[in-house]
Amino acid sequence: MKYSTQKLAYPYFIAALALFLVQVLAGVLAGSVYTLPNLLAESLPFHIIRMIHTNALLIWLLLGYFGAAYFLIPEESERDIHSPKIAWLQLFIFVFAALAAVVSYLMGIHEGREFLEQPLWVKVLLVVAFLLFLYNVSMTVLKGRKTVVSTVLLLGMWGAALLFLFAFYNPDNLALDKMYWWYVVHLWVEGIWELIMASMLAFLLIKMTGVDREVIEKWLYVIVGLALFSGLLGTGHHYYWIGTPGYWQWIGSLFSILEVLPFFAMVLWCFHMVYRSGRNHPNKAAMLWTLGCPVMAFFGAGVWGLMHSFSFINFYSHGTQITAAHGHMAFYGAYVMLNLAFFTYALPQLRSVQPYNQVLNMWGFWVMTASMAFMTFTLTFAGVLQTHLQRVVGMGFMEIQQQLDLFYWMRLLSGIVFVAGAILYIYAALGPTKNQVSSSPNLQPTHK
Amino acid sequence: MSERFTKSAARNIFYGGTAFFLLLFIALSIHTHLYIVNSSTDQATLTPSVAQGKQVWEHNACINCHSLLGEGAYFAPELGNVWVRYGGREHPEGARMGLKAWMRAQPTGVPGRRQMPQFNLSEQELDNLIDFLEWVSRIDTQGWPPNTAG
Repeated sequence: MKYSTQKLAYPYFIAALALFLVQVLAGVLAGSVYTLPNLLAESLPFHIIRMIHTNALLIWLLLGYFGAAYFLIPEESERDIHSPKIAWLQLFIFVFAALAAVVSYLMGIHEGREFLEQPLWVKVLLVVAFLLFLYNVSMTVLKGRKTVVSTVLLLGMWGAALLFLFAFYNPDNLALDKMYWWYVVHLWVEGIWELIMASMLAFLLIKMTGVDREVIEKWLYVIVGLALFSGLLGTGHHYYWIGTPGYWQWIGSLFSILEVLPFFAMVLWCFHMVYRSGRNHPNKAAMLWTLGCPVMAFFGAGVWGLMHSFSFINFYSHGTQITAAHGHMAFYGAYVMLNLAFFTYALPQLRSVQPYNQVLNMWGFWVMTASMAFMTFTLTFAGVLQTHLQRVVGMGFMEIQQQLDLFYWMRLLSGIVFVAGAILYIYAALGPTKNQVSSSPNLQPTHK
Repeated sequence: MSERFTKSAARNIFYGGTAFFLLLFIALSIHTHLYIVNSSTDQATLTPSVAQGKQVWEHNACINCHSLLGEGAYFAPELGNVWVRYGGREHPEGARMGLKAWMRAQPTGVPGRRQMPQFNLSEQELDNLIDFLEWVSRIDTQGWPPNTAG
């Protein structure tokens, strides 16, 4: 760590991990309601639990990106962050807005579009915090060295902020509402967020493999190109059955195939760079996450997405547990693992300790990844069964759900194991350091 | 090959290609917007009551249990075609009464069955919500869902 303002990332990462815990605990609670439907039915109904589960996810991922930007932009720009005060103010506003949203949900105050349930004034606060961030980071980049990594990251962040403005447009016509709602939801996670993802991975690769920046940045352009070429028109796979024209079935199906490519390219890119470097970076846990992230994103977002995005398949599978299966592994593989990779790389430096608790951290990796894979499999089986019974046989929804009980129990089990993995990770990342060796070189123990 | 494919070539492809696909997406979006307004939805019957009903739908976050045209939480039944499922096309008054009675009877309290909360909707709100669901059931969804089970 060369610049003191990189320390700004630390409080962002702590806030992100705290909300990560809130997210997965709400997830276990929601999974419990699936298996024990009368649980909390009156005091904390399912729709509120789910709102907290999804919103906490989005907010903590964003906090992770902000923190990562404050960590990597000084190194890329070779200068300190423009204004640490603004960064603190932004953090304060963002966390306040997130907590206010959770409290208001618990009191039953919310809006009603999926993932955009934040009350209007919370949305406004989120935008204000986002603008403070964009100003602060853009100023830093403009005054300093310009690299492809920081340019692509800024493009991603500016794009995310601009697209979020569609959250304020809510027409009375439901079909129009849905069409523009996907501008926020799809163009975030299957478009502009992939720019953030690729640039954060590029930074990790440059730092850990030591491969020439020119090579890594060239392929960064290729990957984000593939992401946007496929992702923009890939929105079509959400425009099949909501009152949109029939041509989207062709466009959506075709570009869904292409949407796998950026994730596949990321796998090749990361593995090739690590293979090529031959260097052994001491932070093995960060390396594991950096390689695991594109692999799980390829399966979760790529393969599981493609599985049900052809229009003639989606006609039957749309809105079943198959979507839930895809959603879980896609978010985990792409964006959760991305942030956890970055935290694993940056936190030891932020806390001035050697990469430590590596074994615990890697246990966290395997426990979370395996349980998420298992959860995805159970939901996939549930979804296939549901698709057949509901869309082919024509059985009633509630009757079918009873048939899926076994899968929901297994999903709950994998959720509990996932929380255990998350706690392992958080302990490894933020837990006590008193027995750790300081990273100052002259304090390193000399062997023999 | 990798010598000839330079970083600046990659950059130009990225910016040029993105601009191309963005323009294409915007053009198709404009067409889609007009198609929704003019063809697939019945703008003429989008009454204030339907708009009010959409607000009732949102105010109670129905989407976080139910799905509507396949999007939502998959925890409770699809409601894009609930009007059809309740026989509203043939007997609109019967369907309306049935839906109202159902929502008023919640939660059922049946052990082992998912519970829908009691939202205490007024007669007016119930009518608005049902008008909204009736309007939604007439959106041209390319034949989705495959059957009335939703």
